[in-house]
Amino acid sequence: MKALTFSLRAEPEERLDLSALTPAGLAGLTDEQIEKLRVGTTRNPALVGDIFKVTGKDPQSIIFEGGSARFDKVGTGLSGGAIRVTGNVGLEAGRKMSGGSLLIDGSAGDHAGSGMVDGRLEIKGNAGDYLGGPLAGEITGMEGGLLIVRGKAGNYAGERLRRGIIAILKGCGDYAGYRMIAGSIVVAGRVGAMPGYLMKRGSLFLDRRPENLAPTFVDCGETDIAFSGVFDRFLVQEKIMDKPLLGARPGKFGGDVAVSGKGEILFRRGR
Amino acid sequence: MNGMHQLNRNGVVIDDTFAEAFGMRATAIIITAPTLKWARQAAITMTGYATSVIGCGCEAAIDRDLPASKTPDGRPGCRVMIFAMGTDELQKQLKNRLGQCVLTSPGSACFADLEGTAPLDLGNALRYFGDGWQISKKFGGKHYWRVPVMDGEFLCEATTGLTKLAVGGGNLLLLAADNAKALRAAERAVAAIEKVPGAIMPFPGGVVRSGSKVGGKYKGMMASTNDAFAPTLRGVVNSALTPEVNAVLEIVIDGENNDAVTAAMRAGLKAVIELGPKRGAVRISAGNYGGKLGKFHYHLKDLLP
Repeated sequence: MKALTFSLRAEPEERLDLSALTPAGLAGLTDEQIEKLRVGTTRNPALVGDIFKVTGKDPQSIIFEGGSARFDKVGTGLSGGAIRVTGNVGLEAGRKMSGGSLLIDGSAGDHAGSGMVDGRLEIKGNAGDYLGGPLAGEITGMEGGLLIVRGKAGNYAGERLRRGIIAILKGCGDYAGYRMIAGSIVVAGRVGAMPGYLMKRGSLFLDRRPENLAPTFVDCGETDIAFSGVFDRFLVQEKIMDKPLLGARPGKFGGDVAVSGKGEILFRRGR
Repeated sequence: MNGMHQLNRNGVVIDDTFAEAFGMRATAIIITAPTLKWARQAAITMTGYATSVIGCGCEAAIDRDLPASKTPDGRPGCRVMIFAMGTDELQKQLKNRLGQCVLTSPGSACFADLEGTAPLDLGNALRYFGDGWQISKKFGGKHYWRVPVMDGEFLCEATTGLTKLAVGGGNLLLLAADNAKALRAAERAVAAIEKVPGAIMPFPGGVVRSGSKVGGKYKGMMASTNDAFAPTLRGVVNSALTPEVNAVLEIVIDGENNDAVTAAMRAGLKAVIELGPKRGAVRISAGNYGGKLGKFHYHLKDLLP
């Protein structure tokens, strides 16, 4: 069966809420019913049929042909199946995902992967601020799964991360891992100021020594641990990285001692 | 020989009998270290005093050495198997041996190496040694514990698998003209069986010289000497030995499953037969309890080369 495909007719004139267009949300719906779903967010909201040409039948495999920064909430609540977007998306892509895979060929806006619980979200371009982070009023950010950004991420990546792995491959802005609870953040490339600020537990894995650390991180020196080899292998086997990130004997900072101080920043030495 | 029908291969007499073995619970782990020497040291320490469930609680040994390319962390290691009669005892033995012998060994790390029907705790049981500084990491479908220790970190997978398909008690009795020939035959058999994956020989160097029978004349003895195969008692007991036999050694085999024990018995038989009676065993037999106790019967005639 051919993938259910939403081909963008033209750049939308309003922000779209595409949270309904998931495999679970579309299961059992006819083409006509799908085209009548509301996706617009204004007083006279656009319907699916106004924005997209719909083809294909298999709701377990959904493709958005063409993207837009106005595509909000793509893959929200995705629990299984696959969604692919051949372009950019807007806010909250993959929010509260609990399974399946969401692949974005372009860039994503703020709060991508927010509150993710499981599944795989991959962004081939850049991501905005608050990657995997909580929305206002929420206690925790991402709680599981694998979130990969092949480009850069903005500020506050991995805020309040509780579980799961975030991998950012071309650097990120300030405050990566801000108030982390647990979990892992991988960053290849330049990291902005104050990584791990107020982190309680969890790990930041960097391909270079961090600059602009909070003074409440302490240098733990060089570590000779088997874990770095196992984790490097995982990154390469999963095709997240094409070469080891940490290498043998990574350096370590412990912190943030302003809170419980049980977090860590492991980094490749010599860079 | 009690009128037993016999076969002959390369001059070695093969009794028409069978080894009787039992269903057991088992698990397997990989132990790694900076060098193979230290991986083996941890494994040897962990599998010490684990020859028989009769007195040790479990049976354990190194299954095989692993090159760095075959281990989860890219360091040399070895695969260790542990067998017990019940799941609770197996978990207890695993936890104690891991905690006292592997956690303590320099540079060690420990990984699961058996996908079984139920999990057995590895790092889950030892993480508290970290006193709050232990770190949990889940990735690639696996869960690890990182426990800070004095030379860095003890990395240990949270659980390993339990199999209920394991078999314990496969055996070969090697009967020779003297001790040196019996030992030579046993060493050949051990070397051949060591190459069979999923099978271990838990006794010293893989060899038993004190084969036993069930029970004894003294109250409370679970096992006592196998007098029928003790050459110094020939003539005074109902001996299974002919005059030319003056030494008997036994190889005991535990396997991950029936196929592993079968392959191991076959490899051991072949090696001893190829050695021949002049340098090794003149006769090969096997131990059983009349077929009433153990579910698995390995007939020697079916395993001949």
